Amino acid sequence: MPDVSEAAIDTIVIGGGLHGLSASLHLARAGRRVVVLERSWVGRHASSSSAAGVRTLNRDLAELPISLESQDMWHNIEAIVGSDCGFRAYGQVNVAEHPKHVAVLEKRLALTRAAGYTHEELIDRAELTRLIPAISSHCVAALIVRTDGAADPHLTLRAFRRSAESAGVTIHEGYGVTAIERVGSDWQVHADGRSFVAPTVVNAAGAWAGDIAAMLGDDIPLGHKASMMIVTERIAPLLKPVVSVVGRPLSFKQSDQGTLVIGGGLQGSADIQAQKSFVDFSELAKGARAATDLFPSVGPLRIVRTWAGMEGKTDDHLPVVGPSPTASGVYHAFGFSGHGFQLVPVVGAILADLIVHGGTNRCIEALSADRLMARRPAA
Amino acid sequence: MSRTADLVIVGAGPAGMAAAVTARRHQLDVLVVDEQAAPGGQIWRDVEAVSCKPQAAFLGNAYHEGLAAVGRFRASGATYEPNTKVWQVEAGPRAFLTRDGAASSVKARSMLLATGAQERPVPFPGWTLPGVMTVGAAQIMLKTSGQVPVEPVWIAANGPLALLYAAQLLKMGGRIAGFLDTTPAIDVSATIPKLAAAAFAAPGDLLKGLGWIVNLRRHVPYIRHVARIEAFGTDRLERFRYETASGVAATVDAHLLLVHEGVVPSIHPTLSLGCVHNWLGGQDCFAPALDAWGETSEAGIFVAGDGGGIGGAAVASLRGEIAGLRIAARAGRISAVEAQAAAQPIRSRLKRALTARSFLDAFYRPRASIFVPADETIACRCEEVSVASIRAQAAIGRPGPNQIKASTRAGMGPCQGRQCSYTIASVLADAEGRQVPDIGLYRVRPPLKPLTLDELASLDDVGCPT
Repeated sequence: MPDVSEAAIDTIVIGGGLHGLSASLHLARAGRRVVVLERSWVGRHASSSSAAGVRTLNRDLAELPISLESQDMWHNIEAIVGSDCGFRAYGQVNVAEHPKHVAVLEKRLALTRAAGYTHEELIDRAELTRLIPAISSHCVAALIVRTDGAADPHLTLRAFRRSAESAGVTIHEGYGVTAIERVGSDWQVHADGRSFVAPTVVNAAGAWAGDIAAMLGDDIPLGHKASMMIVTERIAPLLKPVVSVVGRPLSFKQSDQGTLVIGGGLQGSADIQAQKSFVDFSELAKGARAATDLFPSVGPLRIVRTWAGMEGKTDDHLPVVGPSPTASGVYHAFGFSGHGFQLVPVVGAILADLIVHGGTNRCIEALSADRLMARRPAA
Repeated sequence: MSRTADLVIVGAGPAGMAAAVTARRHQLDVLVVDEQAAPGGQIWRDVEAVSCKPQAAFLGNAYHEGLAAVGRFRASGATYEPNTKVWQVEAGPRAFLTRDGAASSVKARSMLLATGAQERPVPFPGWTLPGVMTVGAAQIMLKTSGQVPVEPVWIAANGPLALLYAAQLLKMGGRIAGFLDTTPAIDVSATIPKLAAAAFAAPGDLLKGLGWIVNLRRHVPYIRHVARIEAFGTDRLERFRYETASGVAATVDAHLLLVHEGVVPSIHPTLSLGCVHNWLGGQDCFAPALDAWGETSEAGIFVAGDGGGIGGAAVASLRGEIAGLRIAARAGRISAVEAQAAAQPIRSRLKRALTARSFLDAFYRPRASIFVPADETIACRCEEVSVASIRAQAAIGRPGPNQIKASTRAGMGPCQGRQCSYTIASVLADAEGRQVPDIGLYRVRPPLKPLTLDELASLDDVGCPT
């Protein structure tokens, strides 16, 4: 039986990660009564495992319009969630180690310029060295977005949670969704012995969103990633921007605490159903090699911890953001494929648009679930 | 570089050495890796070198038993690699190591974790000041380099190791300013049957322990039932205050305060493997669940010695032998029946060796405030997180240790939570009205030991067998 006390919910958000929290926050601020159902605890998986890159650099043009808007929101994040979330706009830099890689950067720059974007900029070795004196002298050039940067995932989670709860959102942790059924024009969501009823549902279940979509009647193929990260001991300030490199798996930055945070999408393995992920050190060694090649001085630093975070991945590495093509009242926000952190503020706003106003002016056509469902071969 | 072995043993203490000797007797290809420069583990640290130095005369007979054990191990034909760190263990089993700055992996048919114990962290206000150190660390200096502190030391401790250290220190000419016995007053009637059993099983050990106490009380100020300690100092320890259970208090000047509250199994390796662990109520700690042979819930991965529950060197050796037999059977070198028959007499000796343990556990149970220290105490010394800030977070929802880690950074430092995981669990249990076994410990994130970026970069596993 539905809980009497929960009878007046407008939207059930499934998944207490950053995207679920952002959606719930924007909905609550638009006057909606929102319940978040989280299977374990807020931010348990991708949200707290994230490198928390706030990056527009090298984004797929299909998601660049909303990414740029999200970037404006990040620069205004304190006004949105009452905390700076540890966001530092020290820039994101994609480095070319070899002259032949400069062509890759030039091609990318030409692509964004042709589409009318001016946020990316090509810099030479002198400027690169000025910005990042610690970088190896063999690096020849870089593409940069000076207003990009990185945040602190834990501060961000705390800020979004606190803001959502202040706006009236109810967060139920330890409530894993077991079944969803249609009751009249509403959805009844069963979670750990309780049931919740609302006319609208947001599916923000991360690596498990394919299962939730299936419960709602959408057969959307979803793979997963298990991106690995390295954190070192603390050191004196070494660099400010976030550094990636052409042709190699690396994302390299220094946190406010002084630790180096090294990622770049190297894949461990995961047992998604068991919610377990595993670091593959043979693979992670490639990241260590890339890091020590670009920053030779960091070789003697001790690795304090490593992990692999679980995240949904689509065939084209673009997220699914928008209404269900088949089920009314259902909205999806998942499949961010390892680059969803930066999109958190804007995607929540988009979902609020869709649910409150029935549509959005933001550009999400390329992110519809249809595109993936159409690719599913006929049974 | 990647290698294979029938058996890889992590740790060359009593358990690891005994298992190696047993497995070699059945012709297994055995690789033993150890962090130290020489075999012996903590209990028989550097025993070969020390046996020819002056301090050997003061370290007692038990230390010399180690020399024989090391001799058997050296002669066993096991491949022995000292100065080697094991920083990751995986099901398979596979171990990742570094030696001389180079990383490699070993795939084995069986793996024995003989990683021993660590001292139970002793958090109290001021425990992180330089000048406060553990008895175990002081004993390592005494054993390996014969270092005796220049000034008289204060010892605030509970348990046999501290008594042994005090006896060794006095013999070597060291001075003790005072011994604060933190052993709580216990329910005598509940302990007497255990005491009787211990006296029956191991009268020599018990007499030895009593001898230490009698000698200590004759030579140094000895204060019983110390219940509270608080250390003060600006940059280092300058003085500390103690208070007994009956309210007798004093503040004394001191530059060196040695503390000890017993040892707990080192379970980081088995935690990271995802092995099932049990709560050992009598020892206030977790230990991996083991079958009668020492095999964990992960097939082919064994634990022997204090890492499976505190038992001391004799128990560790016997458990090492038992595990070695089962590992030989797994490798097809002996039948299950042969292993069972060979284990029979060892099990009898093991049972006898364990009898004194329940008395020691009951008698030397640490005081409650070690588990849930005062609010101003630093819980996580790496990230300097206080008990008060853990409590503040506990008031928001019912967080577990992993959420506390994310919200306070407790447990994120270089010690990998080895110093604070029990404190966090106990404080959360206290704040949330739950039990420590229900709270559990942090999820362990590799590497098990700090590994440098250069070392990881050197790992080349291409073509490794899977």
